[in-house]
Amino acid sequence: MNESELKVKSIEYRIRLLGCIKKAQAGHTGGSLSCVDILNVLYNCVLKVAPDTANDPRRDRYIQSKGHSVEALYVVLADKGFFPDSDLDTFCRFQSPYVGHPTRKVKGIEHNTGALGHGLAFSVGAALAGKLDRNAYRVFTLLGDGELAEGSNWESMMTAAHYGLDNLTAIIDRNQLQITGRTEDVCALESLSDKFAAFGWSVRNVDGHDVTALREVLSTTPFMAGKPSMVIAHTIKGKGVRFMENDASWHHGVPSDEQYEQAIQELQAQMREIGA
Amino acid sequence: MTLHSAIEMGRANLDVFSETLLALAKSNRNILVVTSDSRGSGKLVPFAEALPDQIIEVGIAEQNLVGVAAGLASAGKIVYAVSPGSFLTARSLEQIKNDVCYSDQPVKLVAISSGVSYGALGSTHHSLHDLAVLRAIHNCTILVPADNFETAEAVKAAADMRSPVFIRFGKRALPHLHKPGAVFTVGKSLAVREGTDIAFIAAGEAVIQAVFASEALECEGISARVISMHTVKPLDENAVLKAARECRAIITVEEHSCAGGLGEACASLLIQAGVSVPFHIAGFPDEETTAGSQLEIMAACGISPEGLTQSAKDLLNRNRL
Repeated sequence: MNESELKVKSIEYRIRLLGCIKKAQAGHTGGSLSCVDILNVLYNCVLKVAPDTANDPRRDRYIQSKGHSVEALYVVLADKGFFPDSDLDTFCRFQSPYVGHPTRKVKGIEHNTGALGHGLAFSVGAALAGKLDRNAYRVFTLLGDGELAEGSNWESMMTAAHYGLDNLTAIIDRNQLQITGRTEDVCALESLSDKFAAFGWSVRNVDGHDVTALREVLSTTPFMAGKPSMVIAHTIKGKGVRFMENDASWHHGVPSDEQYEQAIQELQAQMREIGA
Repeated sequence: MTLHSAIEMGRANLDVFSETLLALAKSNRNILVVTSDSRGSGKLVPFAEALPDQIIEVGIAEQNLVGVAAGLASAGKIVYAVSPGSFLTARSLEQIKNDVCYSDQPVKLVAISSGVSYGALGSTHHSLHDLAVLRAIHNCTILVPADNFETAEAVKAAADMRSPVFIRFGKRALPHLHKPGAVFTVGKSLAVREGTDIAFIAAGEAVIQAVFASEALECEGISARVISMHTVKPLDENAVLKAARECRAIITVEEHSCAGGLGEACASLLIQAGVSVPFHIAGFPDEETTAGSQLEIMAACGISPEGLTQSAKDLLNRNRL
């Protein structure tokens, strides 16, 4: 998939996930829009996963620790054929498996997440098993930046470094915002690069909306043999819809009819700009 | 009260656990043990020396312990996560709830030195809440073995279970409760003594206290049944209902808070089945626990041969049975 095709995919995913949120009148809008390009590149360029090998022991693993952005993951998995797109009409509905955080009831999802600070430890375990079995699969996990205040993440970072898990890559969706406001105002995280490096990880920073740069970085893991890889993806919460961007109130805001129409028109205009 | 001559002394369940696990793991490379600086407390140093590639150490990080264990299990490993019960079921409760039970990863959660095994160390090291919190979490089998046989069988049964299981025991040497040929089945209680006046439905290291009490009661002409309810969840409902039908009163006995443990599980079953029977829960009251040895603390709560004997007589007398 070339750069232009990837950009089109990202816009399609944004339009579709906003449709899911609008229909369900629920979801985590800002953080889903911020991680779309990361998921796009992972599933279309990096991960060796497919619906017919969803239980193959050799498959790569993706664990979404920031489970609240599940609608972005659902949309990408539907596009990759893990389940029919029409299933997403039941998102957040009574008895639907497509609940507001990932569960293994949905094909393609590796782990139930939602409470923060859990995905990395699970990913460390999955990566350790790969090392023990000399199985060459890789493990990728996506964390929110606000989530890094959970101390469990730092326990897991130490374990990953201790065991030299270079088959593990963690990606931080560094959109600078959490539900209360700016991460640096709530409980300052910086300097994250220094902290991750001090915990024994090999660290890269990348523009989390530049699909070409993301592909380059995520395709070159491990950055250093014998070390787990950390990608700080600098993103914009609400990316793609100007009135949602960099506004913490869209963390789980649901657009009105007018706002939804405006958002879709803006995304469609972006599509026309790249000639799709 | 002296040990009954017919009862043969065994070893600590902790020793039996570590030896059983080592034997299992020697024949199955897929078996792993994960520890949080707890290999010494878990008597797992011989395991680490014999099978260094099958032990994962995560340091003093119990949340990480359970999360990593879930990830290992997701890749087909047979994982025993071992930590003192006090930390395993409090510090890592969210990991147990989400990463193990909700995610249906067949981790074997092993709570060592449970209850008040660490009696002298104070309340931080006591686990008197674990049965209550885990009973309220879906998809967790709860095993509380009472002697060496039950412990070995529980550890072996856990290896084959494809869903989460919690095993809880202590570190004090215990007498053997069962005759050769006894069969341990998850979800089926084991009869230790037959009797019809009163039934002790007990779990874990409290069972032997009920056995001693039953011997004392026998001297006074009171016939006491003792049931080892080694599986607290799912509860052996038939055994509880049968005891209520065949005995005149029931006392449940557990090294756990009276709130939410074995006793309340039995009470809930009986009331909802429309069975009314004189009933007493011997457990820990809603009070700050005192320090001391395991047996001293249990005895202060009435979980001793003398305490249970008196409770049985009081219950029968109060109800003029």
